Amino acid sequence: MTEKYNMPDARGHFGTYGGIFVAETLMPAIQELNTAYRHYMKDAEFIAELDKDLQHYVGRPSPLYHAERWTKELGGAQIYLKREDLNHTGSHKINNTVGQALLAKRMGKTRIIAETGAGQHGVATATVAARLGLECVVYMGAVDVARQSLNVYRMKLLGAKVVAVESGSKTLKDALNEALRDWVTNIDDTFYIIGTVAGPHPYPAMVRDFQAILGREAKAQCLAQAGKLPNALVACVGGGSNAMGLFYPFINDADVKMIGVEAAGDGIETGRHSAPLCAGRPGVLHGNRTYLMSDDDGEIIETHSISAGLDYPGVGPEHAWLKDSGRAQYVNITDDEALGGFYALTRMEGIIPALESSHAMAYVTKLAPTMKSDEIIIVNLSGRGDKDMQTMAKREGIEL
Amino acid sequence: MSRLAATFAELAEKNRKALIPFVTAGDPNPEFTVPLMHAMVSAGVDIIELGVPFSDPMADGPVIQRASERALAHHQSLRTTLTIAKEFRKTNGHTPIVIMGYLNPVEIMGYEKFADAVQAAGVDGVLTVDLPPEEAEECTALLKARGVDPIFLLAPNSSAERVKKMDAIGSGYLYYVSLKGVTGAGHLNATEVETKLTEIRANTKLPIAVGFGVKDAETAKTIGNLGDGVVVGSALIKEIEANLNNPAQAKQAIIELLTAMRQAMDN
Repeated sequence: MTEKYNMPDARGHFGTYGGIFVAETLMPAIQELNTAYRHYMKDAEFIAELDKDLQHYVGRPSPLYHAERWTKELGGAQIYLKREDLNHTGSHKINNTVGQALLAKRMGKTRIIAETGAGQHGVATATVAARLGLECVVYMGAVDVARQSLNVYRMKLLGAKVVAVESGSKTLKDALNEALRDWVTNIDDTFYIIGTVAGPHPYPAMVRDFQAILGREAKAQCLAQAGKLPNALVACVGGGSNAMGLFYPFINDADVKMIGVEAAGDGIETGRHSAPLCAGRPGVLHGNRTYLMSDDDGEIIETHSISAGLDYPGVGPEHAWLKDSGRAQYVNITDDEALGGFYALTRMEGIIPALESSHAMAYVTKLAPTMKSDEIIIVNLSGRGDKDMQTMAKREGIEL
Repeated sequence: MSRLAATFAELAEKNRKALIPFVTAGDPNPEFTVPLMHAMVSAGVDIIELGVPFSDPMADGPVIQRASERALAHHQSLRTTLTIAKEFRKTNGHTPIVIMGYLNPVEIMGYEKFADAVQAAGVDGVLTVDLPPEEAEECTALLKARGVDPIFLLAPNSSAERVKKMDAIGSGYLYYVSLKGVTGAGHLNATEVETKLTEIRANTKLPIAVGFGVKDAETAKTIGNLGDGVVVGSALIKEIEANLNNPAQAKQAIIELLTAMRQAMDN
C-alpha cells in the first residue's frame, strides 16, 4: 500500500479493476458526467449546498453510539455503531442520492432513473427527485418488488414510477440492466443515479466520495469519544457503498483493520450465496471489471441472500482492489447468522437493524470476543429494519 | 486481405450493399443455427453476425433478450457459438462470420485463448458490445495478430474524435447504431442517419454497416442507400419467436424476409 492512497487513476482503474466497459451510446454521457463531477467536487458553492443539505435535510452528522450493553454481553472489544439508520429515509443511501441529484440539477438534467434492490436506494432517489421536482423512474426486480412492498409503496407516494423488471433473475442485477437500457434510450435528458460504488467510472469513485462523509464523521467522533482511532471497521458489502464510505477515510491508517461482510446466503458451500469477493472471480459486468459470480462460460450466476440489498453478483471495483492488495479483509455471514445479528442488536440495544446491516452485526458477535476490552470496533449500522418487518414476521409465521 | 475486407471490396465493385443478418447462436435450439446460416447465404446475405448468448444483455431490447434466454436454456455459450461457426465453415469458405456479444464470457475464457479459439473456428470479426476502444487494446492486438477484425460500434452521439479512435483501432467495418436505444427499437430517421454518416465518413475509410431499426424490405432499402451494409436482427428473431413450435416455419419466414430485403436493396 502506498503512503498516500489516490485510487482510481484517470481512466477509473483500481489496479486491474474498474474502468469503463459500456456500449458506445453511453460513452458521451459518461464523459459528460465525469467532467461535471470533477468540476463540481472542487466548486465551493456546490460543496456548500451539499453540506447544507446533508446537515438540514439528511440530518447529519449521524451519531456514533457506544453500544455498552452489547459490548459487555460479548465480552471483548468496545463496539461503536455508526448510526446511518437515523438518516432521513432510513439508510446511508441518501448521502449519495443528495449529491448526485444536485449534480443532475447543475447539469440541467430533468429526469432521474435508478435501480434498487431492497428499495432503500430507490426511496432515497425518489425522495431527492420529489424535493427537486424531477421526474423519477425506479427499476426494481419483480422478486424484490414482492419482498419489499413497503418500500415500493413509499416510492410511489413520493411520485416515482416503479418498474418491476421481469427479465433474468428478477433481482438487483436485472434492475441495473433495465436502468442501463433506459439510460441509453433517454441519454439526452436523463441522469442515472447509481446507488452503489460500482458501474462505469466515475460512479465507483463518485459514490465513494459522496459516502465518505460517514467515515470522516466516524473518525472524528471516535477520536473525540475514545481518544484514539478504532482497531477495526466492520461493514456489510453488497455493491459496497456503505463499507466504502466507512473505509475510505481510514485507508492510510494502516493499523485500522477493515473488514467487509458479504452475504453467504444458505452457505458458501451450497453455491446459493451473494459473495463474489469470497467465492467469485474477476470478470466484467455493468461497466466495470471486478469480482463476480459467474460460471465457466462467463454467464452470471443467480445469487441468493435473505437481504435484497446484498443480492447482487458483483461488487465495487475498489473492494476488489482492496482485497487483492490485502488492505481489507472480506468475510461472509449466512442468512441464519444474519438473523442472529438482527435479534442481538434488537434485544440488547433496542435498535432494529436492516437485514443488510445485520450481516455486519453478526460478524461483530464473532469478532468482538476475540479482541481486548481496550480495543475498538466501529460497525456501520447502514440502515434500519422497518422495511424488513414483513420478511421477519413471515419467517416467524406471523401475518401482519 | 481478410474475408470481410474482400467481401466489402467485391460488393463495392458491383455497386451493391451488404445484407447482414444477426441471429443468436443456438436460438431456439442448438441444431437450428447452422442450417439457417446456409439457407441465409442462399437467400443472398453477405455477412452473418452470430450473437453469443449472455445472461445479462444490457444493450439489447426484449426480443434479443428472450433469444438469449432460449439459447441459455439449452446451455449455449461462447464455446458452443464457436462450434456452430466451425461447423458452418466446413462447407462454406467464403461468407464472413462476425460474433457479437458481451465481454464477460471473453474475460472468463481469457483473451489469448479466446483469440486462438476464434481463429480456429474460422470467425472473421468480433464485436464486443461493452468493450469500448479505451479498454480494448490488449484484446484487439491479439485478434489482429490472428487476422481477425475487431468491429466497433458508433452511435448518433459519437463525436468526430471518437470516430477517429474507432477508425484507428477497428477493422473490417464499423457498425453504426442508427438510434439512441436498445436493439429492436423503432423510429428510424433516414435523414438523421444520412447526416451522421456523412460526418462519420469524413473521418474513416472503413465500410459502415447500419443497424437498429431495420425491420422490413423498405427500411433495408432506405438504409442500404446510405450505408455500406444493412444489419437486421430483431425482425428475424421475431419470426423465431412467433414459430417456437415450428422451427421449419420460422426458418422459412426468415428466408422470405431476407429475400425481400435483398431484392429491395438490389433494385
